[in-house]
Amino acid sequence: MARYLITRAWQSALTLLLSTVVVFFGVRALPGDPALALAGEDRSPEALEAIRHHYGLDQPLPLQFAQYVGRMAQGDFGESIRTGIPVSSMLTTALPVTAELAVLAILIAAALGVGAGVLAAVRRGHPAEWLANGLALIGLSVPHFWLGLLAILYLSVATGLFPASGFVPLLDDPVDNLHHLILPAVILGTGLAAIIMRQTRSAMLDSLSSDYVRTAKAKGLRPRAVITRHALRNSLIVVVTIVGLQLGGLISGAVVTEQIFGLPGFGKMTIDAVFQRDYPVIQAVVLLTATAYILINFLVDLLYSVIDPRIRVTGDPA
Amino acid sequence: MTVLTVPTADAVPVGLSRRTRILRRLRRNPLAVVSFVVLALAAVAALLSPWLAPYAVEQTDFARTFAPPGTPGHLLGTDDLGRDVLSRIMLGARASLQVAILAVATSLVIGVPLGLAAGYFRAWDAVISRFTDLLLAFPFLIMAVGLAAIRGASLTNAAVAVGIAQIPGVIRVVRSDTLRLKSLDFVAAAVVDGASDLWVLARHILPNATSVILVQATVAIPAAILGEAVLSFLGLGIQPPDPSLGTMLATAQQFAARAPWAAVLPGVVIMGLALAFNVFGDALRDALDPKGDRR
Repeated sequence: MARYLITRAWQSALTLLLSTVVVFFGVRALPGDPALALAGEDRSPEALEAIRHHYGLDQPLPLQFAQYVGRMAQGDFGESIRTGIPVSSMLTTALPVTAELAVLAILIAAALGVGAGVLAAVRRGHPAEWLANGLALIGLSVPHFWLGLLAILYLSVATGLFPASGFVPLLDDPVDNLHHLILPAVILGTGLAAIIMRQTRSAMLDSLSSDYVRTAKAKGLRPRAVITRHALRNSLIVVVTIVGLQLGGLISGAVVTEQIFGLPGFGKMTIDAVFQRDYPVIQAVVLLTATAYILINFLVDLLYSVIDPRIRVTGDPA
Repeated sequence: MTVLTVPTADAVPVGLSRRTRILRRLRRNPLAVVSFVVLALAAVAALLSPWLAPYAVEQTDFARTFAPPGTPGHLLGTDDLGRDVLSRIMLGARASLQVAILAVATSLVIGVPLGLAAGYFRAWDAVISRFTDLLLAFPFLIMAVGLAAIRGASLTNAAVAVGIAQIPGVIRVVRSDTLRLKSLDFVAAAVVDGASDLWVLARHILPNATSVILVQATVAIPAAILGEAVLSFLGLGIQPPDPSLGTMLATAQQFAARAPWAAVLPGVVIMGLALAFNVFGDALRDALDPKGDRR
């Protein structure tokens, strides 16, 4: 166990270091002089010189990298070229929106995906299986931003059931907050639900034909109890695995969903930054996403070894 | 001689070549046939779209903007600049397939050799695993954002971003199949026979890994189609006035109050293409491995 954790920890640290290197050189690959890009409108020679000095662009590369890592670790991502607001404070307002959207989407996806997956596995050959399989295939194939577009057109604009855009902070008004977020969360969750459904179904089919389920049936346990207490327990690990693996997809999906529903989160901030060529913001967004991805997957691995003790021994969450 | 046939997908007479058996299983699966026909028609329409499309994609007609579907001369109507929607959908679907093929080809060219090396050479496994972790740490949209910042938004950059995002998946399946094949007797026999590593990989392992690579490519294409649509929708992919299903939806969003129907068709086409590939991919996987669990 300890050995597995140490291996995973140093692997994660190495990946984190490599991704920082990638972003560091990515910033230097931006078209033109980085000082020019960072300066924005004020391009006087003095301003450029000050920026070069502030960012250490006049120093040797290894030293620059060390200073860069030091600044990032302290949460100093510079300031937005467009607004002059520190990137860190932009993140403080944007991240909670995205986090709430993502958590809601995962909850919806887990409920829908596990439910439909169990149904399809238990009712083999029944119309319910066909329906669940068909919906999962459609869920994998539908462009979710298009679903969002249709939802706004036909559920928000036409009927007024849901607000078409905007956001109310959770602490200001929890009910209104949910009212604004539920539609985007459902849209974001459906794609994940399709993937969870297919994996749950195949994991359930495996465990339903396994010896321990046969034993449980043989000792006279009711079918419902067999399914919930024995077969379904394994689907918990399926959900955890997929959320870890699909985290990148979830982040990408959140960016698009926020853009469509006008949610002032991390994703909208990202897209706005690209179109405004707001390089400090883009850099922070890319670096932060990579860091979050690496850390969350490390936590998912820890969680595995808690849920499934076999993984502690083999060290292979397969 | 009478041949007993049992109406299940697996009941193929033994003694036929593997390829014939796989094709037979595919032909007996109605979903496989339907999805294949849809894909073949789409491929032909996409290839010939510059000649089949009723209008030039950039031909504007400001007297007839926002014509609804069914307007004489414009089967699917016109857009905000009076351009023919049917023509733009045909060329947009062509661009989707172009990006998808370019992206999947990119991921295979880089991912297959790395997957083979990771599975075959123990020493390379750790290095390639870290490389995979590194790629995974940049979700495809974030990668596309970075690429757009450095190189500008374009069809090629969209394909590169989607392709890079698909490399880890290719490495994973090729690596695990290489590990499996490496432990089989015919590989050991070739090694005993004095074959070099490169020869074993090229002549024994790669040909046997083709089926998993094929299945991986079939599921990667619909993902790439959706990826291109998202990027173009956000303005990070194909740039106007070049036709793209994603940019058509972005325009439709702007004019949704005047022409709500414009938001429907391009999405249906994207979904239809992706669905056909996904259904065919599932059928192909079942046909290649009838005993495997049907995921």
